[in-house]
Amino acid sequence: MNLTLKVWRQQGPSTPGRFETYEAKGVSEHISFLEMLDGVNERLLGEGKEPIAFEHDCREGICGTCSMVINGEPHGPVKGTTACQLHMRMFSDGNVITIEPWRARAFPIIKDLVVDRSAFDRIIQKGGFISANAGSAPDGNAVPIPKPDADAAFEAAACIGCGACVAACPNGSAMLFVGAKVSHLGHLPQGQPERDLRALGMVQQADAELFGNCTNHYECGEHCPKEIDVKVIAEMNRDFVRAAIRAEEPKQVAGSG
Amino acid sequence: MSRFTTALGSSIGAKLVMALTGLALLGFVLAHMIGNLQVFAGPEKINAYAHTLQNLGPILWAMRIGLLTIFGLHVWTAFKLWTANKAARPVPYAVVVPSASTYASRTMIWSGFIVLAFIVYHLLHFTLGAVQGDIFQQTREAWTAADGKHPDVYAMIVRGFRSPAVALSYVVAQLLLGLHLSHGVSSVFQTLGFTSPRLACVKKAAGPLVATVIVIGNCSIPLAILLGLVGKGVN
Ligand code: HEM
Ligand code: FES
Repeated sequence: MNLTLKVWRQQGPSTPGRFETYEAKGVSEHISFLEMLDGVNERLLGEGKEPIAFEHDCREGICGTCSMVINGEPHGPVKGTTACQLHMRMFSDGNVITIEPWRARAFPIIKDLVVDRSAFDRIIQKGGFISANAGSAPDGNAVPIPKPDADAAFEAAACIGCGACVAACPNGSAMLFVGAKVSHLGHLPQGQPERDLRALGMVQQADAELFGNCTNHYECGEHCPKEIDVKVIAEMNRDFVRAAIRAEEPKQVAGSG
Repeated sequence: MSRFTTALGSSIGAKLVMALTGLALLGFVLAHMIGNLQVFAGPEKINAYAHTLQNLGPILWAMRIGLLTIFGLHVWTAFKLWTANKAARPVPYAVVVPSASTYASRTMIWSGFIVLAFIVYHLLHFTLGAVQGDIFQQTREAWTAADGKHPDVYAMIVRGFRSPAVALSYVVAQLLLGLHLSHGVSSVFQTLGFTSPRLACVKKAAGPLVATVIVIGNCSIPLAILLGLVGKGVN
């Protein structure tokens, strides 16, 4: 099939960007979206032009690196699918495809479709972890976990931190990401010691990174490639309020204890 | 307390303010509607009700100030969230395909502002008498009760809503309030952290249901008067 691509090109974080139009000719319906872009890039390189910069790593839908908004939808039109797992058979001959980077103040553009998502790392540092004792590994099943809790934690743990929730949210809010982390660890016994600090710290860091506020549009859950349920946001709200009204200031989390 | 106050200033704190003030306002809207539906029971009922409210004295003022504070908090926080959310995406997308969001959810600030404008107009109309001032003055001491002359609220409402422009402006405002609540009331469940799957359908249905009740209840008054079904005795 032959396609027309309108791709956002931007040299650097502070240079103005613009859309450039490219023709992708003879695209096989069996290849992935990223392979289609590879083909365009090879041709650009052959013509001595700068290839389109986009991020990718695993190309099997687990690393969350491939960030691009395809025709107005983060990761493209297929539900529960990352851009790297999107196949060209979802498009048809003659389609015009607009490709844009994640758009959020907290995700500044590095180049073309590549954005800086280190804001997510800083949010994780505020509580997206558990404290574990060093020493020999504990028996895997030493701590019993009820099946429903294990399932709920597992569902939230599917988050690959790709940032599609932020990209999809009309407010540029990161609450599905934060909610997924709070819910994932909050459902497990190992997550209890830091539970209060996690909710408070991660939400406050998300605010400090200048992500927007959640107003319950639910676009995030709709475009999450791992189909994280927006109920994790409600769970986070509850954890946050509970932590805020507890009178006692918590003691230091990490450290020699 | 420091942790509590920083938490209140956070984005979830702001959400909580929106939800709690929104619920309080909804409580007022419902009570106000039930009170006003007494026009269908005739002049005696609604005039006595209005008289009771007027006679509350300091309690009435406490209620007014409380309501104004709650309303102010709701509007101020809404504005704060709205500007912050605009700023979170400085460069808009070229292509936008809304899927899970609704027209109501995307226009909360505009339905809110129109409701705000309506409330100002409504107060100028029936509380201060700046709109349709002649009717307001003529009905002011027109109702004779056992303890003297009082405002004939029934006649004021009936004569006011006989003007199609006035009645229709009320209907339009109620439709926008309904739009606001169709998203808002469902949203409150999520904000306040209701996660039970058994509540999922309640969560979804509550907004449209409450909005429908309020739109029908509140619109029935101007429409019934405009159609001449209520207020035949008033000239
Ligand atoms: C009678 C008047 C009003 C009632 C009963 C009402 C009720 C509500 C409710 C129940 C919510 C949902 C809160 C949540 O998401 O948890 C809400 C949200 C909202 N209201 Fe109002 N409201 C009223 C007036 C206004 C006005 C005058 C504005 C003006 C700017 C406004 C702006 C908003 C906005 C922007 C939201 C969304 C906030 C968010 O989701 O974070 N509202 N309202
Ligand atoms: S490249 Fe790893 S998820 Fe797409």
